[in-house]
Amino acid sequence: MRNVAVVFEKQCRDTFKNKTVLIQFLMFPLVTIIMENAVAMEGMPEHYFAKLFAAMYIGMAPLTCMASIISEEKEKNTLRVLLMSNVRPVEYLLGIGGYVWLMCICGAGVIAAAGGFTGKELPAFLLVMAVGSLTSILIGAAIGTWSKNQMMATSVTVPVMMVFAFCPMLSMFNETISKAARFTYSQQVSLLMEQLGHVDVTAECAAVICANIALAAAAFGWAYKKCGLA
Amino acid sequence: MYNMGRNAAERNTAERKAAERKTAERNTAGTNAVEVTHVVHRFSEKTVLDDVSYQVASGEIFGLLGPSGAGKTTLIKILTGQLKQTKGRAAILGCDSAKLDGATYRKIGMMLDNFGLYERLSGYENLRLYAKLYEIPQSRVDDVLRRVGLWESRKLPVLKYSKGMRGRLLLARAVMNAPEILFLDEPTSGLDPATAAQIHRLMKEEQKRGATVFLTTHNMAEAQKLCDNIALLNEGRIVEYGSPEQICAKYNHQNRLKITLCDGRCVELSNDGSAAAALTEYLEQERIKSIHSTEPNLETVFMELTGRKFE
Repeated sequence: MRNVAVVFEKQCRDTFKNKTVLIQFLMFPLVTIIMENAVAMEGMPEHYFAKLFAAMYIGMAPLTCMASIISEEKEKNTLRVLLMSNVRPVEYLLGIGGYVWLMCICGAGVIAAAGGFTGKELPAFLLVMAVGSLTSILIGAAIGTWSKNQMMATSVTVPVMMVFAFCPMLSMFNETISKAARFTYSQQVSLLMEQLGHVDVTAECAAVICANIALAAAAFGWAYKKCGLA
Repeated sequence: MYNMGRNAAERNTAERKAAERKTAERNTAGTNAVEVTHVVHRFSEKTVLDDVSYQVASGEIFGLLGPSGAGKTTLIKILTGQLKQTKGRAAILGCDSAKLDGATYRKIGMMLDNFGLYERLSGYENLRLYAKLYEIPQSRVDDVLRRVGLWESRKLPVLKYSKGMRGRLLLARAVMNAPEILFLDEPTSGLDPATAAQIHRLMKEEQKRGATVFLTTHNMAEAQKLCDNIALLNEGRIVEYGSPEQICAKYNHQNRLKITLCDGRCVELSNDGSAAAALTEYLEQERIKSIHSTEPNLETVFMELTGRKFE
């Protein structure tokens, strides 16, 4: 547990000075604040921007950050040094994953505040964000572990991230995309957001999210077995 | 020239093996910090290490010398568990290098060129991270930063460090946990003489503390100055093994003295009793400016053995 805390602390210090990662955590919460306060149209659904950007945030920030952090450490051989300094792979992943997850929850808190979620809506919103972030973290960890360097990670992360982050938005405009998107966790998260006050998790929703988590975990297991962390 | 070198290498195989046996016997009572036994390593079709065997006694500075591509880094990677050899056995501190655990890694310090630093963090933050992992008191971080001369620049991000400063920071990280064995892969490569001297001093201090230092270099003068024993590696094979003095003496074929007299003339005398009278006369007349033996340096020995120059 001590090593997890050390890795977590290292990542806090490092990200504070790493603008490319930091911007991922800040971009959507800031955009939500701006849009929620600046745009008000008649007939616009309640918390429209907060829900839209929250779904996009889940598909983008944890995934890209996790992949970027792991691939950078692999490329610069700092991860190898950590693993040879008494840090076990699981401790490293918990430290980094925990950090990314916590940052996302903080970002979700800002989005929730900007969207004005209160009462039952707030914990439901945070719970949905927590589960969605976890799935994204697993996918990001799989990409980061599989990649030899940051460039390789970016080339895989961008299309994957675009699928998960933009599906909820594109589903609003296209029926076909909507049908395909319901197999993604980000779309299910987006659907859950629509009924925050009275969360009614359907069997389909639970099955899709669980299947996505299982697939992400399997992808990570495969990448870890094939490439290892160092 | 090259073939002649290979022949010379083969001629010396028996002598080398005898020297290896001698070292092994010497260390039977104590422990060898490093033991490499018939290690072979292949990358696809290419044999990078070909039946390499040697031991490094605890507490000595051992130099693995060879030109670029000789297999030095591969051997270090095998010893530190980063690479699995194709055949043979490699062990450090009595543990099979393929099965090194956390407890053994705690006893090892490494300054390898493929080891990275967190560039956005300061030198101090980099060391503090490892101090926490090794459960070392923070005062040790201050101490080691002062030892490598980075105290003044400890708060700068590593991104702003020069190559020499990064080298010293890597060395600081390697020695911070007071390791039993220290692996240094070309620690002074590309560094200015002052930084190199600082690293040499630190290596000697570590040896004095009782650590074994395993050094790879292609700097012959560095090896001659620092190492108790060396192995010359060429194309994956050890072509010579022993102390630098022994090796140089062994290849002193001319065995002559070169005397420079005060009047600028140079005189050569054989390095035996027959030259005693002439030498005494020069000494009595105080005519000698300098005396040098024709003993070759390690680079000359290496060239004789392999027909290759160091790069």
